[in-house]
Amino acid sequence: MARQHVTMTVNGDEADFLCETDQTLLSALRDELQLTGTKEGCGTGDCGACSVMLDGRLVCSCLTLAVEVEGKEVETIEGMAQGENLHPLQTKFLEHAALQCGICTPGFLIAARALLEKSPDPTESEVRYWLAGNLCRCTGYHKIVEAVLDAAAEMRGH
Amino acid sequence: MRYEAPSTLDAAMALLAEEAGSARILAGGTDLLVQMHSGTAAPDLIVDIKKIDEMCSIVLENGRYRVGAAVTGMEIMEHDDFNAAWPGVVDGVQLIGSIQVRGRATVGGNLCNASPAADSVPAIVSAGAVASIMGPGGRRDVPVEDIGIGPGRTSIEKGEIVVSLLFPEKAASSSGAYLRFTPRTEMDIAVVGAGVHLTLDAGGTCTEAKLSLGAVAARILVVEEGAKALIGSKVDDATLEALAAAASAACSPIDDKRGTKEFRIDVAGVLARRAAGIAVERARKS
Repeated sequence: MARQHVTMTVNGDEADFLCETDQTLLSALRDELQLTGTKEGCGTGDCGACSVMLDGRLVCSCLTLAVEVEGKEVETIEGMAQGENLHPLQTKFLEHAALQCGICTPGFLIAARALLEKSPDPTESEVRYWLAGNLCRCTGYHKIVEAVLDAAAEMRGH
Repeated sequence: MRYEAPSTLDAAMALLAEEAGSARILAGGTDLLVQMHSGTAAPDLIVDIKKIDEMCSIVLENGRYRVGAAVTGMEIMEHDDFNAAWPGVVDGVQLIGSIQVRGRATVGGNLCNASPAADSVPAIVSAGAVASIMGPGGRRDVPVEDIGIGPGRTSIEKGEIVVSLLFPEKAASSSGAYLRFTPRTEMDIAVVGAGVHLTLDAGGTCTEAKLSLGAVAARILVVEEGAKALIGSKVDDATLEALAAAASAACSPIDDKRGTKEFRIDVAGVLARRAAGIAVERARKS
């Protein structure tokens, strides 16, 4: 079957690509659009490394078919910093050393941003539950949770 | 593999009818894509139902909620009025996977995937939900407990689609709860799940009840003896003990690394009792 032509918006810019019907959004982002910030961990929705926003909803891009995003808006880690200016979450992850190998980091950042947009002043427990779908095999979670809480405080202006 | 995303149910039915090879329906995809990834599913046709309006909406129909089969878990959790009416269903939905998974996963899919451990299914069974199924022969309504008949197996015929789930009109002073046991609090599969829905009269006597158990048999169970224990009682300690005994007696679980047979049987009783306790508290406040 002929490759499918998909037109969508990624990080605010119109984009299009050709893909196979059984190709995942994760694969299309990485292999067709060369947006390799989104990572593949498990490929089965268990680890959250491939987290992206799809029409404003946090999803696993490994569990989404690329052909499903026709006409939709996708946000990836590449759209998080504004030029040279890092998002407060990115800055706080660096300050708190909330990453080591970095494979899980884009997923954690996308998921954490979705939390803070919905809940600007989360408790530690809320942060831990929200991020339960993101696995980190290096740092443990303490520094990540601290970084998210610190970023939340900064984004609230204190 | 062909991918189609029809905008009407009729068009979806026609696609299924015309397909000579294997066809799968795509709602959230959180089970189907995993099966495709592992090679256990390789459909010739995928019919994405998310562009069909009636399958993506929660509507009130003469006081009864109709939830489209493609409504996501997050959409259900964010629907305040549905939450107020059916907190037990939301208990089950919010235990499915992660935020990411619930952003896509649907209750219709959870039902049709037919896992005996599906978290939302004992909750919707105890709530008395009915699946509205469209097929070549027309529409039929089936109690949700009759959909899953074994691990990964359903009573849905070739060419049929579960369109929506219809919840009954909720009685005054009625409510439900769902509890599950897992080694971890999040991102885990139920070792045991228990859903209870009950109705109290003005004097606090239980007039209607339904108990459903997950992960303790090859399919989701309805425990009639559990309902009998509750109905006519004031849901006192002795009643809850009888309920727990009925729940345990109904189990025929597997024995695996996640829980022994004996453990699952015991925990089924504990969860049924606790879920009934929560349901009573909620019913008194509703």
